[in-house]
Amino acid sequence: MRLGLEKRDFRSKRMTVLVPIISLLISFLLGAIVLGISNANPLQTYGAMLKGAFGSQTKIQYTIAKAIPLLLCGLAVGIAFRLKFWNIGAEGQYVAGVIGITWVMQFWTFLPEMLLLPVGMLVGVLCGAFWGGIPGALKAQWSVDETLSTLMMNYIIIGYAEYLYINAWKAPRGNMGTVLYPNSAWLPRIWGRVHSGVYFALILVVILWFVLYKTRWGFELNMIGKNRRAAQCQGVSIKRNIILAMIVSGGIAGLAGVIDSAAVTHQLTKGVNSGYGFTGIIIAWMSGLNPFVSIVVALIMAALETGSDALQLMKLPAAMGEVMQGLILIPLLAGSIFTEYKLVVHTNHKEATV
Amino acid sequence: MSEMNTDETLVVRMVNITKHFPGVLANDSVNLDLHRGEVLALLGENGAGKSTLMNMLVGLYRPDSGEIYVKGKLAEINSPQDSMALGIGMIHQEFMLVGNMTVAENIILGMKDLPFVPPMAEIKAKITELSKRYGLQVYPDKVIQDLSVGEQQRVEILKLLYRGADILILDEPTAVLTPGEARDLNEILKKMLAEGKSAIFITHKMDEVMEFSHTVQVLRRGKSVSSCPTNTIKRVQDLANMMVGRDILFSLDRGPYKPTDVKVEAKNLTVLPIGGGKPVLDNVSFSIRGGEIFGIAGVAGNGQQQLTEALTGLLHVDSGNILLNGKDMTNKTPLQVIKTGVSHIPADRGRMGVVGDMSVGDNLSMKKYRTDELSSHSVIKRNWVRKFADHLIEAFTIKTPSQDTSVKFLSGGNIQKTILAREIDSCGGILIAVYPSRGLDVGATESVRQNLIKQRDKGNAVLLVSEELEELLMVADKIAVMFEGRIMDIVDADKASTEKLGMLMAGVEREEV
Amino acid sequence: MNLLDFITKLLAATLAMGTSLTYATLGEVYTEKTGILNLGMEGTMLMGALAGFATAFNTGNLFLALLVSMLVGALLSLIHAFLCITMRANQVVAGLSITMFGTGLANFLGQRLGPASNNFNLTGMNITNKFSNIAIPGLSEIPVIGALFDVSLLTYALYFILPFSWFFMYKTKHGMVVRAVGENPRTAAAMGISVSKIRYLYTLIGGMFAGLGGACLSLSFIPSWNEGMTGGKGWIVIALVIFSTWNPGRVVIGTLVFGGITSLQFSLQAAGLKMVIPSQFLGFSPYLITLVVLTAMTIINQKKKGSFASPSALSVPFAIDDK
Repeated sequence: MRLGLEKRDFRSKRMTVLVPIISLLISFLLGAIVLGISNANPLQTYGAMLKGAFGSQTKIQYTIAKAIPLLLCGLAVGIAFRLKFWNIGAEGQYVAGVIGITWVMQFWTFLPEMLLLPVGMLVGVLCGAFWGGIPGALKAQWSVDETLSTLMMNYIIIGYAEYLYINAWKAPRGNMGTVLYPNSAWLPRIWGRVHSGVYFALILVVILWFVLYKTRWGFELNMIGKNRRAAQCQGVSIKRNIILAMIVSGGIAGLAGVIDSAAVTHQLTKGVNSGYGFTGIIIAWMSGLNPFVSIVVALIMAALETGSDALQLMKLPAAMGEVMQGLILIPLLAGSIFTEYKLVVHTNHKEATV
Repeated sequence: MSEMNTDETLVVRMVNITKHFPGVLANDSVNLDLHRGEVLALLGENGAGKSTLMNMLVGLYRPDSGEIYVKGKLAEINSPQDSMALGIGMIHQEFMLVGNMTVAENIILGMKDLPFVPPMAEIKAKITELSKRYGLQVYPDKVIQDLSVGEQQRVEILKLLYRGADILILDEPTAVLTPGEARDLNEILKKMLAEGKSAIFITHKMDEVMEFSHTVQVLRRGKSVSSCPTNTIKRVQDLANMMVGRDILFSLDRGPYKPTDVKVEAKNLTVLPIGGGKPVLDNVSFSIRGGEIFGIAGVAGNGQQQLTEALTGLLHVDSGNILLNGKDMTNKTPLQVIKTGVSHIPADRGRMGVVGDMSVGDNLSMKKYRTDELSSHSVIKRNWVRKFADHLIEAFTIKTPSQDTSVKFLSGGNIQKTILAREIDSCGGILIAVYPSRGLDVGATESVRQNLIKQRDKGNAVLLVSEELEELLMVADKIAVMFEGRIMDIVDADKASTEKLGMLMAGVEREEV
Repeated sequence: MNLLDFITKLLAATLAMGTSLTYATLGEVYTEKTGILNLGMEGTMLMGALAGFATAFNTGNLFLALLVSMLVGALLSLIHAFLCITMRANQVVAGLSITMFGTGLANFLGQRLGPASNNFNLTGMNITNKFSNIAIPGLSEIPVIGALFDVSLLTYALYFILPFSWFFMYKTKHGMVVRAVGENPRTAAAMGISVSKIRYLYTLIGGMFAGLGGACLSLSFIPSWNEGMTGGKGWIVIALVIFSTWNPGRVVIGTLVFGGITSLQFSLQAAGLKMVIPSQFLGFSPYLITLVVLTAMTIINQKKKGSFASPSALSVPFAIDDK
């Protein structure tokens, strides 16, 4: 009696929906085991996290506010992943965005106050786009492996940002951090902690969905991701599209940084490398690269983060949120094979060993 | 019963072998006998079950039912090592060699009785000795990726001999050889047979069967249809009938040869490889007119694919010119070439011709999605695409559950039909077809050839690259032979003969022919 | 301090910091050579650092600590192997998930395995034993080279492990199998080799070495525990594998160069030299250099075909029943 995997004749629609849900449940189960082993009560911990994320109106606002940059990073990474371009650099592109807007806020004093915000946002997005475009160009022109190049770009710009907020751009008061942006140039709040960045995010979801699923460019991106060589034979320019997609991807991640700093932090300081870029990878993968599904997944990830903030107050390990985020992907990765293969039981027959 | 035969010379006996794969009955109660010192040809079209049957003999698959007797005893062959222990070894169509390792390393790879640090000096000596004995010309220190295809095949043979094989199975061995090299292979086999070894070779080429085998066994749709001594076959036509089950056409209806103006012109095309060495394309020149099928013959790997890639903008040309429909298209992008009116049926249909994970409808629209026929203002109109795809599916009888099915689930023949439909529908005067009937059964092959002739009769210029001389002689108006990146000669198809073409394919210069 | 002294101190610091990188890189070279890309290095190293430190802190036994860190590294890589080999998942995303999980878990456990006196937190605790330097009398006094003979046991072990790994890869029958599996798994399978068993084995070994590399940091180099103390070294390991062209014999070049640059920062401070370049620039320079070297190598690879080529089957799942 042996278990084996057999290729299906068609992709199972049932599995495509079931697998993410079941794997989410499994990951919570695994998380409970981790908690149990380290002498923490799983139910109590999960309960605290749930309350911390959705327990009151303020908490819900926090969660939504956190979901905004996460969603944007997820969308950014999703575009690149559609071309099978492994953009691990959303983290750095986010930071580039913050550097860009800070530059405008602090040094473009020749601008009238009411232009600071829009110009700053634009410059920030362009910086993110630039930072994403470089590894895109390296790949397009010289086939430099993008997993590594985007990773390295992360650490380069995070180091540079550190130089800026500790050294070159440091505000005169305090140990680190730039001067706060002028009040009039902050992104306004619309409902408690939720700020107008949410409009940008939602509009972008619709635009991206349209572009990716309805336009010629989206069709080409799909072709490139699913069979680069065949796309090339059909006249699709691989080089141009990789660079273009990475500019857009970097730009959106930069937008995440821009919105977060314009609405929440109002400066460039320690902690600018928020981890949203890496979480964005989980979001992109879990949502099957679908912009609308990304909204839901981003909320789940945001809930995990705000939920674990609450744990600190209860003297429970705050790193639980991080553990859960990593744990969520694992059953999903294991389960996705079942959309293409089905489990078979071999009796009396033996296939040659592999 | 573990002792079944009384015939001393029977080395392999397969009894009632049956094998299923999902959706397919690959082998249906097949019987096969192999005698010592004999060469048995296993003939059948693609998908008949020949490779499956042999894969069970070498332990890569297990039969669902049936028995295998080797040298008189019932055998349980669960792995390639089991079969090797019984003296059976196989040379596959795609060689089982690791490119960046040496000949010696490849020969001993995976052998169980080796010490922790294998004694390479001893091993190399034994390899050299075996090589001399059978005339294989194999050198232990060479790296596999530096060897020619013929040399690599001989390494495979030596690998089996080194491990004590005396029953050799060869899968389409002459597919990658020139006629001359094929004859050399025959000599090597004869030497081995003289020492009591036996061989089975899998083929779909009837002339090979007639020339090289003692016995021929024909498989059709998983069943064994006949088995007899080769010298009892009177006409090749009979073999063909057994293979297919009906009279196959050996000639096709063609319109008269009425070439129009020149549509494709290649002038002194040269492509140099990265890192130096012999040119991949060496001063290639030719022209193709409308209403003409221009065939390119030659053993695969002599520059044919690179030539078509250069013409379609997929490969950079170092010197020379390409004119398509009168315009200079040297080193332009694939998109520019497509816009000039060139349709391309690529060699590797899965990797270059279709996007497997996309639907049949999407794949059919890949040539025209940029045009006003299927899109407007950068937005692809889905309902227009649906109508368009429905029309093509019907016109080319593509068998698919729906136009939304992913192309990768279609059979090879239907994938090729999808490509044909797309390319022919959008053809603007030039059609380039590279190994279009590779891997297809006779029915699909006929359909491909009919389509090529139809396009030619319409006045299009057709470039056909093919490994099968018989196909070129049947379909082409002119035939060019390529060898080592050069065009050896261009002949009129009705004046050509297999011998002449064979020699050109082997690099014998035109004057000496 | 004169120049020779400075170079000697720099070499010593490089060896100390490079030891950790070398173990992990060696492990990943073997893993990738069989065709599996393991981007979980960063998380695995951090877990190894934590496991080693926690064991040493709570038991005082250094060798047990090493063993535990290797075991933990292997276990984490077992998950990666299962995802990539058996479940044929995307290897890039699988590795990232292991890193996220491993990092999270390490930080989490770092807050639970400490003494009650410090709220169970391990941060800032000290261990009484550590792998300190052992000097070989006579040899260790030679200027510059002497630094090679005044290192910890973990580094001395490398003097034997490195050449042996090279020998194993290129001169033994097992090394041949490793190379074949990563280059052409179909052929390896046809020759009777179990591709998945080999890939499992070397992914586990890779994880073991990564855990060991992490333990080098927390038990010898630093030594202590801090959240995220690997600080991106796991990613440098991935780059170092490429830099050493998947050849165990060349691993040492990369680690010396990168270890050297990273140590330069500290050595300059220790020497009391004023920083002309801001320290953050030195901080991110290894990553910048890696990027430049990576680009250069990729370009060279294309000109001289295959001279620095990766294993052909790297990160491609292999399934024998796919027809």
